[in-house]
Amino acid sequence: MDPVVWFFVLGLIAGFARSDLRIPPAIYELLSIVLLLSIGLKGGVELARSPFDGIALQAAAVILLGLSIPFLVFPLAYYVARLKRPDAASVAAHYGSVSVATYAVGVSYLGTRSVSYDSQLPLFLVLLEIPAIVVGIVLARGISRQTRWSSLAHEILFGKSIVLLVGGLFIGWVAGPERIGSLEPLFFDLFKGVLAVFLLEMGLIASSQTRELRSRALSILAIGLLLPVPLALAGALLGTALGLSVGGTTLLAVLSGSASYIAAPAAMRIAVPDANPSISLTASLGVTFPFNVFFGVPLYLQIAEWLHS
Amino acid sequence: MPSDTRRIVTIICESILESPLCDELIELGATGYTVTNARGSGSRGKRSARWETSGNVRIEVICNAEIAARVKTHVHDKYYENYAVVLFEIEGVVLRPDKF
Repeated sequence: MDPVVWFFVLGLIAGFARSDLRIPPAIYELLSIVLLLSIGLKGGVELARSPFDGIALQAAAVILLGLSIPFLVFPLAYYVARLKRPDAASVAAHYGSVSVATYAVGVSYLGTRSVSYDSQLPLFLVLLEIPAIVVGIVLARGISRQTRWSSLAHEILFGKSIVLLVGGLFIGWVAGPERIGSLEPLFFDLFKGVLAVFLLEMGLIASSQTRELRSRALSILAIGLLLPVPLALAGALLGTALGLSVGGTTLLAVLSGSASYIAAPAAMRIAVPDANPSISLTASLGVTFPFNVFFGVPLYLQIAEWLHS
Repeated sequence: MPSDTRRIVTIICESILESPLCDELIELGATGYTVTNARGSGSRGKRSARWETSGNVRIEVICNAEIAARVKTHVHDKYYENYAVVLFEIEGVVLRPDKF
């Protein structure tokens, strides 16, 4: 197991044992800023190193993936798990959007295996974050005039994760591999250490989230455990079809198998207030995130290797 | 030193509501507000302020009775059904009452 995962385990144990361990919110905020910038910068530098031709087509396919996942998830959540319409739509938005933390764990895991990945993956991360949230809102509301799309667009497009990822991509791309050198110690060399402390806090948060399981435990567990692998498989198939490397296919699988727990909850809370946030957040953060960290990421690499062999 | 009584309306709510609600307070006629982070427990469960989406804020507004009534109606109609919100109002003595 990748050593950073043990920090997540430590956080989970500390949380369940009700330890007084707490990462100060400002530090957690800083860690997530550094992680998002690292991912963006790394992608930008790689893009500058190997300008990529067919990227527009790939980007369009990835956006299409982001738009279609909610349509796969919604009927399952609505008809099979028998959630209310707003709750099912919210779950669809969460699972269609992506989790940057899971992506970071995937990058770290590939690093320990010395598997390289394609330079455009951080761009795909950005592209996958938004479309599903819009589809989720439409599934819940229809195209309603009550939805204040302009303020919502602002909320989603200028949310911190998009700003930092896009900003990082741009700075990395402009600076290029030669001039990024002085920033490497903080953003590239410390990546694993920052991720470790970040995952410690994620363990604490996930443990408090799993305590919410008591109500509707069965449907939440089913959603959280059964969705990631088929969705990741869809991502892996698309990655293979688009000609990504094994590492790139793995990360696209990680992205489509992961569920958002920052951008989607915030947007859905504002746009679909009658959806119960604890259902989608508990499934995404309390069940799917740990599942992907422990089992999903290694499995998705195996799937990618199998598809490429 | 001039002083007079004014209504002090305190709203404790999910931090996600901070931005829309503060804009609406100004639209409703409040001349200003104070926001602090908060944590606690209530009928909607423990809200830890651990990270953004589970955080709470405490918004305080000093205003006259008419604006306080408008704020109460607005918060009740728009947010009480679906969000974790507590609102209470007290009367207090403020200096420079013409500001509020």
